[in-house]
Amino acid sequence: MTEKRSKAKERSGHPLDDLLREDRIPHIWCPGCGIGTAFSSCLKAIRSSGVEPKNVVMVSGIGCSGRAAGYVNLDSFHTTHGRAIPFATGLKLANPVLHVIVFSGDGDLFAIGGNHLIHAARRNVDMTVICVNNFNYGMTGGQVAATTPKSARTTTTPFGNPETPFSLPHIAYASGATYVARWTILHTREIAKSVEEALLKKGFSFIEVLSPCPVNYGRRNRESSLETLKIYQDKTIIKNGAHPSSVDIDPEKGIILGKFIDVDRPTCKEMYDKICRSE
Amino acid sequence: MKASVLTGQHYISGDVACAEGALAAGCRFFAGYPITPATEIAEHVAKRLPEVGGTFIQMEDEIAAMAAVLGASWAGKKSMTATSGPGFSLMMENIGLGICTETPCVVVNVQRTGPSTGLPTMGAQGDMMQARWGAHGHYEIIALAPSSPQEMFYLTITAFNLSETYRLPVLIMSDEIVGHMSERVTIPPSKEISTSSRPRPKGRKDRFKLYKPGPNGVAPMPSVGEGFRIHVTGLTHDEKGYPVLTAETQEEMMARITGKIRKNLGDIIQTEGYRLDDAEVVLISYGVSARTSLAAVDLARKHGVKAGLLRLITIWPFPEDPIRRLAERVKGFMTVEINMGQIHLEVQRCVGRKTPAVLVGHPGGAIISPDHVYEALKEAF
Repeated sequence: MTEKRSKAKERSGHPLDDLLREDRIPHIWCPGCGIGTAFSSCLKAIRSSGVEPKNVVMVSGIGCSGRAAGYVNLDSFHTTHGRAIPFATGLKLANPVLHVIVFSGDGDLFAIGGNHLIHAARRNVDMTVICVNNFNYGMTGGQVAATTPKSARTTTTPFGNPETPFSLPHIAYASGATYVARWTILHTREIAKSVEEALLKKGFSFIEVLSPCPVNYGRRNRESSLETLKIYQDKTIIKNGAHPSSVDIDPEKGIILGKFIDVDRPTCKEMYDKICRSE
Repeated sequence: MKASVLTGQHYISGDVACAEGALAAGCRFFAGYPITPATEIAEHVAKRLPEVGGTFIQMEDEIAAMAAVLGASWAGKKSMTATSGPGFSLMMENIGLGICTETPCVVVNVQRTGPSTGLPTMGAQGDMMQARWGAHGHYEIIALAPSSPQEMFYLTITAFNLSETYRLPVLIMSDEIVGHMSERVTIPPSKEISTSSRPRPKGRKDRFKLYKPGPNGVAPMPSVGEGFRIHVTGLTHDEKGYPVLTAETQEEMMARITGKIRKNLGDIIQTEGYRLDDAEVVLISYGVSARTSLAAVDLARKHGVKAGLLRLITIWPFPEDPIRRLAERVKGFMTVEINMGQIHLEVQRCVGRKTPAVLVGHPGGAIISPDHVYEALKEAF
């Protein structure tokens, strides 16, 4: 592996090349999309965590973010829509040595897969869930999501969204996650730090990454990628330790970011070993 | 740690025998969701798996259970789930993922009457075609139909062996009656139980191709954490496992996942004949219906009718050859099953037009009695 790594460095000089399936590049993500930024921050964290790459596995569902597993040069799984978390639960419980990362989108993890997320958090399965939230279904052309802001226009809310969006950190926290953070793709160092902490932490960790989707969401809501980034720069407020019930995403009042929760409680496996294998 | 093979004589239900068969086959991971009449399988392994170093988890639904089973299989564990009709429907998408990604695992369906919630929870055999075609797209599948608790034990071992050998989800299509009936079950010493494990990769890891088939058409399978850096996707993929979204790659992938079954039919298919040697009329049945059909054969013989039974142990791939061979010499066939004609369609296909084939079906909720089968036989032939 080290030989391969040094060869990769020689060729391109990028320290993360070894973690990328270069033969799968170019990726499918659109110009101005933020998923790649969240993805590379995640790779940085895998590298800096010192965890042996052969013990890191990435699982994705379906959607734009769900393609991440296809680009990471680790054991990686691109599963069915919404089911990355229960697939990852099987992996982790069957081989507890693994560090399991679920990298997927808001539609995958909170609409079709919402039930699995709350139960994995409740059980405290030791995994790191990274949710790229781009506020809509990008892969299918920009439909309303469980995260779409009120009144926002999408292809299936042509008059504006009449529904109320989920607050993802609040759900993760209320379900029992032991690590909860939110960043935007402008906050690459913070994402990497959070992912590293989450990887090294025993328990269910959840990191939301806000990302522009200029082609689908931005276009219909008069927001270029640059304008979205400007909002991320001007309107975000970092409040580490803020209660997850108070972490609004309000472009007027402010978007609350930070590491909100970092607590310890026994993991699913620890409790299973203690209670079911005690004899 | 306790013994994983409980050698000896037991008086247990089909469901419990299935659970013990799984442990004897080397199953060390079970993810499930409660549903009558399959719940006893989950209840039994919930107690037994931690005793033998395995893991049981009750998931939030059957979709999650099936997903977890696939994940555990890639982590290197022989894994399974058990359910009934409604749960089987929910598992279908991930069974398809298991087929596409060539993931060994076992799915037990202890059938009850449908459609929908149906008659909870009286027996039926109405999911036989769903077992064949329930996931979207075209594929081959292996499904087995046990007729007794003893066979629930043995066929669960067979199911694991086939799933490991051919790398796919193998279905055990039981029914409420066989699942809930208790009979004597003999569990042999562990050294007499033959178990198979998935083919393992050899050679250099950096040159490894995840779906490059071996001589029998099945590719070796590494586990996560062994340094192969595999990519596994439900998208159409090439031999390396990478998505390649072209009709040509689809053709290659389909040739592999269907070919490995079609080329090994002789190794996979099992049937059992009863009084077939001089039979003029052949009953074709499986599961609990094969038991009542067997009694009907004896009844018919008593009345001088030369009847016989071909019991299908393997349902999918369908045992075409034994039926075609019989069709050359017998006067007629009768399919006995607790649905309105599913396997009968296959029987008709194999028998052809020259020989009559009649259905004795039932909408579900009761068994088809030997008398009923015999009366139908008298009327038809």
